[in-house]
Amino acid sequence: MAIANYLYLSAILFTIGAIGVVVRRNSIVVFMCIELMLNAANLAFVTFARINSNLEGQVVAFFTMVVAACEVVVGLAIIVTIYRSRRSASVDDASLLKR
Amino acid sequence: MLQTSANLAWLIALPLFSSAILLLIGKRANSWGHVMACIVSASTFTIGLVEFFAMQSRSAENRAVTQKLFTWISVGSLNVDAALLLDQLSICFVLLITGVGTLIHIYSIAYMSLDLDRRRFFAYLNLFIAAMLLLVLGDSYLNLYVGWEGVGLASYLLIGFWNQKPAYATAAKKAFVANRVGDAGLSLAIMIAFATFGDVSFSGIKEQTELASTTQLTAIGLMLLLAACGKSAQFPLQSWLGDAMAGPTPVSALIHAATMVTAGVYLITRSNFIFDAAPTAQLMVVIVGGITLLFGAIIGTAKDDIKKALAASTMSQIGYMILATGLGPIGYAFAIMHLLTHGFFKASMFLGAGSVMHGMKDEVNMRRYGGIGKFMPITALTFGLAYLAIIGVPPFAGFYSKDKIIETAFNAGGSKGLLLGITTLLGAMITAFYMTRVVLLTFFGNERWGHKDEPAESPALMLIPIGLLSVGSVVSGFFLARGEALVHWLEPVVNPLKEHHSGEFLSPIIVSLLTLTAVIIGISIAVNKYRSAQADLAPEKVSILTTAARKDLFQDSINEAAFMRPGQSLVGRLLKIDYLVIDGLVRAVGSVSLTAANKLRTLQNGYVRSYALMMVIGALALIAVIWSVTA
Repeated sequence: MAIANYLYLSAILFTIGAIGVVVRRNSIVVFMCIELMLNAANLAFVTFARINSNLEGQVVAFFTMVVAACEVVVGLAIIVTIYRSRRSASVDDASLLKR
Repeated sequence: MLQTSANLAWLIALPLFSSAILLLIGKRANSWGHVMACIVSASTFTIGLVEFFAMQSRSAENRAVTQKLFTWISVGSLNVDAALLLDQLSICFVLLITGVGTLIHIYSIAYMSLDLDRRRFFAYLNLFIAAMLLLVLGDSYLNLYVGWEGVGLASYLLIGFWNQKPAYATAAKKAFVANRVGDAGLSLAIMIAFATFGDVSFSGIKEQTELASTTQLTAIGLMLLLAACGKSAQFPLQSWLGDAMAGPTPVSALIHAATMVTAGVYLITRSNFIFDAAPTAQLMVVIVGGITLLFGAIIGTAKDDIKKALAASTMSQIGYMILATGLGPIGYAFAIMHLLTHGFFKASMFLGAGSVMHGMKDEVNMRRYGGIGKFMPITALTFGLAYLAIIGVPPFAGFYSKDKIIETAFNAGGSKGLLLGITTLLGAMITAFYMTRVVLLTFFGNERWGHKDEPAESPALMLIPIGLLSVGSVVSGFFLARGEALVHWLEPVVNPLKEHHSGEFLSPIIVSLLTLTAVIIGISIAVNKYRSAQADLAPEKVSILTTAARKDLFQDSINEAAFMRPGQSLVGRLLKIDYLVIDGLVRAVGSVSLTAANKLRTLQNGYVRSYALMMVIGALALIAVIWSVTA
């Protein structure tokens, strides 16, 4: 199996994630799409590490996971707080930052 | 090396300090302010007398004293000390300013007694005394300039003293603006002098006069003449003096007759070393003086306002002095002599006019006077003495000083001398005519004041200063001219005897006879015309010449047409350019960024998903750019 297929898969996953962020309103789903994009990037890192036969890409993938874990903690906390105050998980309801 | 004296600074500091106190303390000083101002003025006169007698006891070369106050400016090659110089010329002015000034201070106590703002009036009078003394005591052109501006300020404040009347406020502004033109001349003269000599002190420039070219000296001389024209109301900057009569009468007597307006004569006399080396500038001085002496005299014949008639006469008499200063070394002494005698008789006349106004409920129109001599005998007597002095009847003061000027004019040589002599003679005749007219209309003839109240004689506080001044106008000429006292006194300053008399064109006795004849002709024309009963309105059907003289020979119209209107339209246009182009550019920058910002603002709609979309688009655009650059 050609190693390039991993890169195609990574691109597809990232695109799905990006479209999900733009299109979906539910903040939990948006959040999951962000995770999808991060993992798509991880897959690309690991693939490139394999192609170039060095370990740097794999190390960066671990860093990404750590950052993603932190992001989950903070992000979920925000979503829960917003839900408590607004009784809604829709990102369009939280639009107070307009002009 | 000049002797020093520690008294000089007090001459200026005392009145300046008193003026500051009166202005700062405010209403609390209302009850005693005028007394303090008079005491201060009298003490400056005392200091002046002490200095004068000390000076007299020294030999001619050692008479000048100096006092360095502090180093004022020390920049590169420009070193100016704030220093005072009291020499034979300054002391004449110091005594005139403080002496006449003190008498006028005393007079003002009574004259201004009903004015609520009398304290402020005395504060300004003291400020004037301080500035005028600085003007005549400064040892360099720059120190003189400070005093020069100071008297301009005091004059402005005092002309507009009753500034609740818009016309008076305008008169003050007019005087200030006309003086400003002259001041520009003085500052230019100082700059040229510094560029030429690298020095602005009188003694420094005097030593280096030979090193400068005639062109440079002529330029300095002409600029100094412009300055003198502004301050001394000489042609073509004379138009402010008539309107300056808006100020209270003591101000007209002190500032606009006796002292400040003669500052131009002082300036030219002080700069004698420049004018002696610049014949062209000297000729211009003579021409300006000649024009103004006739100009003022002609205006004087048609004025019905007693103060304006006297103002026109002042202009004309200063014309005599300026003319004399243009006649070389001997002329300076005679100019100063006429200045001193004029200080006495003109101040006396103005105070007399003030006394008449006091009795006539502030009426100034002579057509509504008449027969006042019966009711105000002392005022009439003192005015009469000053009148005899100004027209030059022997042995009154004006005879000695004016005859000398006429004689010097005739002896100036050639056709120039003849022309100047005839001009001054004609001036003397017109002077006799208009002064006789003033006296006849005011003190003689039918009573035309149109109400039953008889004018009462003024209080003693007003009559005593007038009396002392009229004594001065009787005897001062004799004392100054006796044995050429003033000429010898001023010799170290202006070298009046340096020039050898190049044969006399007319002998003094013939000149005196000619002048007397001219004066008698002038008087008899006036008596003939104004002997009969007069109407209380000015005749309307008059010749074109009278109309012209009533309108000050169109000086205001010419100024307005030549300077004011073009100036206004130029300023209007500049304002438009400023608004459209310069402001326009700034406004364009502002409105462009405002519009752009308003458009961009709509992107901030608050929806997280639209922000995410923009990020995606941005990222794609970035990738596209990188791709297109690397591929």
